[in-house]
Amino acid sequence: MSELLVQERNVVVPGEALAQGMDFLPGDNAYREQNQIYSKVLGLVSVSGRVIKITPLSGPYLPKTEDKIIARVMDITISGWRCDTATAYTAMLNVRDATTRFVKKEEDLSQILAIGDYAVVKIVNVTSQNLIDLTMKEPGLRKITGGRIISINSQKVPRVIGRQGSMITLIKDKTGCDITVGQNGLIWIKGTAEGESKAEKAIKRIEAKSHLEGLTEKMEKFLGEN
Amino acid sequence: MVYTKRVDGRKIDELRPMEAKAGVVKNANGSASFKIGKTWAIAGVYGPREVVPRFMANPRHGILRCHYTMMPFSGSGERIKPGRSRRAQEISMVMEQSLAPVVDLSAFPNSVVDIFVELPQTDAGTRCAAISAACIALADAGIPMKDMISSVAVGQVDGMVVADLNYNEESYPAIVSDIPVAMMHNTKEITLLQMDGEISKADLIKALELAKVATEKVYQLQVKALKDKYAVDNNEDKNDRQ
Repeated sequence: MSELLVQERNVVVPGEALAQGMDFLPGDNAYREQNQIYSKVLGLVSVSGRVIKITPLSGPYLPKTEDKIIARVMDITISGWRCDTATAYTAMLNVRDATTRFVKKEEDLSQILAIGDYAVVKIVNVTSQNLIDLTMKEPGLRKITGGRIISINSQKVPRVIGRQGSMITLIKDKTGCDITVGQNGLIWIKGTAEGESKAEKAIKRIEAKSHLEGLTEKMEKFLGEN
Repeated sequence: MVYTKRVDGRKIDELRPMEAKAGVVKNANGSASFKIGKTWAIAGVYGPREVVPRFMANPRHGILRCHYTMMPFSGSGERIKPGRSRRAQEISMVMEQSLAPVVDLSAFPNSVVDIFVELPQTDAGTRCAAISAACIALADAGIPMKDMISSVAVGQVDGMVVADLNYNEESYPAIVSDIPVAMMHNTKEITLLQMDGEISKADLIKALELAKVATEKVYQLQVKALKDKYAVDNNEDKNDRQ
């Protein structure tokens, strides 16, 4: 006899029993111990068929290939830049992957990216020890100039973007700002001073209320009022 | 003098009034406040982040590091000299060892999760309060854990086996023992067991049985603190309109 012990969208704590019996399978952030399935993080339950997975409500960012992130240059090396990714791991951006133009041997790399600069980059490779390689050679990837950078918990990024980008499009439309969301939780907002602070407020609000349903409608109301 | 009634009038298995809240330190990745009687612990979790000093880094999995601090005027006696002491170092170590069995940092090699616990007010049972607070803070930070750890002290005061001793009981002028215990919720595995004083074998077994019941009460509160943070606020729309 298999039995589900929790309901869809319930908040569960680590070690909480989710299901009994062998008919269910542990998905992301869940594990099986003998006859039971338990949660591994604080999060929301989502059941699809026989698989039970937990969507974390908070937590660290795990670098993945193909993720677009915002990184800060922290050091310049012989052949590129060492970047801070807002995780426990630093990433390498090679000169070859940073620009399409020819860079001479003795050229000062700080002319392209200086220490402290932010850039929108993509992760091309992550090793088992979480060593990260970056690229800046694709459309939309570039050095960040102007605007402001805010930081949110990386687990809330999908809510800020919304289904097919609905939420982020809404904020862009209502505030007139350019917004780039990095998967690591850093967000670049560029626009008028008023628009920027309005967008920042909206994003912080989404972060605080991300566990609730019907968020896009709520945010539409919020952005309409202010 | 025979100890027949507890100094503060509690039942033998009754804990002091408890209070817990998750997410109290805004700048930390996860945090919690845990009060039990007059003892109050605030825990903040930072990380996983880069390990400094570098030689401590473990390339196989992330490490856990605890920092236990009593605030200068937190005790009832002399002012406590701030900073590290022998006692704080030992408690930090036992905290690490009691939390490590449930925390899974295999996805974060060469990183560290730092737990800072401050005690603004103390009245015995500080390491237990610190562990209970740290566990809520770890869950709040989204660190993968296979279970929760709940901790409470049990002991024996002049032949009476009691739960959650306060300072007056710990310093009672008779044979007293104070046994801080930390337990996993699902398996009831013991991750912390220390003792001060003297106790008979029969009483020790009795005390550990009592600890199972007592840590369960702490667990219920820890879960409530975490779930309350994400409770659906029914008055939210009303508040928004005002």
